[in-house]
Amino acid sequence: MPNVSNNTSQYLFNYTNVLLFLLAGIAFVFASIAFSRIMAWLLGHRKPDPIKQSTYECGELPVGTSFIRFNIRFYIVALIFIIFDVEVVALFPWAIIFKKSLALKGDAILMFAEMFVFVLILIVGLIYVWRKGDLQWVKTLGDKNVKDKE
Amino acid sequence: MQINWQLVIDIAKAVIVFFGILTCIPILVYAERKICAYIQDRRGPNRVGPLGLLQPVADAIKSFFKEDYTPSHVDKVLFTLAPAMAFIAPALVFAVIPFGHLMEIKGYKILPQVFDMNIGILFVLMIASLGGYGLILGGWSSNNKYSLLGGLRASAQMLSYEIAMGLAVISIIMTAGSTRMADIVGVQTQGLWGTCIPAWNIITQPIAFIVFLCTAFAETNRLPFDLAEGDSELIGGYHTEYSSMKFAMFFMGEYLAVLTMSALIVTLFLGGWYFPGITEVGNTSLLNGILSIFVFGTKVGMLVFFFIWTRWTLPRFRYDQLMKLGWKILLPLALFNIILTAILGLR
Repeated sequence: MPNVSNNTSQYLFNYTNVLLFLLAGIAFVFASIAFSRIMAWLLGHRKPDPIKQSTYECGELPVGTSFIRFNIRFYIVALIFIIFDVEVVALFPWAIIFKKSLALKGDAILMFAEMFVFVLILIVGLIYVWRKGDLQWVKTLGDKNVKDKE
Repeated sequence: MQINWQLVIDIAKAVIVFFGILTCIPILVYAERKICAYIQDRRGPNRVGPLGLLQPVADAIKSFFKEDYTPSHVDKVLFTLAPAMAFIAPALVFAVIPFGHLMEIKGYKILPQVFDMNIGILFVLMIASLGGYGLILGGWSSNNKYSLLGGLRASAQMLSYEIAMGLAVISIIMTAGSTRMADIVGVQTQGLWGTCIPAWNIITQPIAFIVFLCTAFAETNRLPFDLAEGDSELIGGYHTEYSSMKFAMFFMGEYLAVLTMSALIVTLFLGGWYFPGITEVGNTSLLNGILSIFVFGTKVGMLVFFFIWTRWTLPRFRYDQLMKLGWKILLPLALFNIILTAILGLR
């Protein structure tokens, strides 16, 4: 990287630009929320009543707790995500040096082989999850060999 | 005392860019309402100001003066934090996008980019996924069944599409050999096969482009994928319980996400600020810089139009269709594209 080698501290100092950007964002968000509160307090009306305070359920009286049981599928998707995402992250360093390795023919083929094996493991994992039916959102209970209807 | 003008320029740049993208939001809101109206054979806003141009301003004033109402059953800290996150994350992505060519005025360098980070694209992936937390926290802290379902859907959707997005980006990094945004644009400024056709990644990486475009729609929660919001089934999903400026933050965050995603697609696939015959590489004059910013803006505008056009043309997916598209089509396609890119590179 040309801009790192000549002056690392200068480069790192530039991160303050991003920090400034972030601070501008935070300041904007909270200033506008505060401004709207002040405006509503000065000019708007503020009439809380028990029905308004209750949970919104299309105008009906709320039934039971809001923390309902949800489908286990959401959890499985999160699990599959973690596995695949870690593998994607492991591909990034490889992708960066791949172009440089093309100059050296032997290295490039070795690198390609390594990546190919790695992606193959990813694909095997994908096929396994697919065959298990975990990628299928609507799954019938007790059906071991779930196949796509399409 | 000596003032470091280069530093002053850099700081002013960060502030100007922030308020610049903030100014784009009302324009986007107006464009969305006008375009949707004409698609549906209506006129759209035309009462406030000439051609209804002041409508977004009126909307902003209205949301400022609305009763900022926090229901008693919510988790107050997270309830306030969620809209802030949904707004700040897409804004922060813009910090690494190069929106013009380097300019040199009286020895001072002005780079139209907040910070030329050498891990640019990784920064984008990191921060863009933070935006999902806004929706998830908003849905969870609202303590409402619809919000909870919306937040859950948002989380599963964003997770599923993030993988395909990451894999599409990997093939772009392979062609550029760097994660710096400037290098990725630099690769695209060369001619293809010695002709004047620019080597934009949309031509050299069409599969990655399609995958990235689909995931960009999913990550911004725009219509074919707006299941987290699902007005007709979840009554707004994660923002059911929000009102006033907090609701407006979610709303603005969505438009900001559309803007930054368009800017990102332009940078990664459509050659960024480069257009053959209009902008030159290596020319640091003021004219070239302004032209390059103009070219970038035009490309982003066209993509934003595409986002809006899609929203008002396509119906919403069903949730199982969404998961099927993400895991069974886009993910294998992106993996295939990486292997294809490697083989073509070796050849």
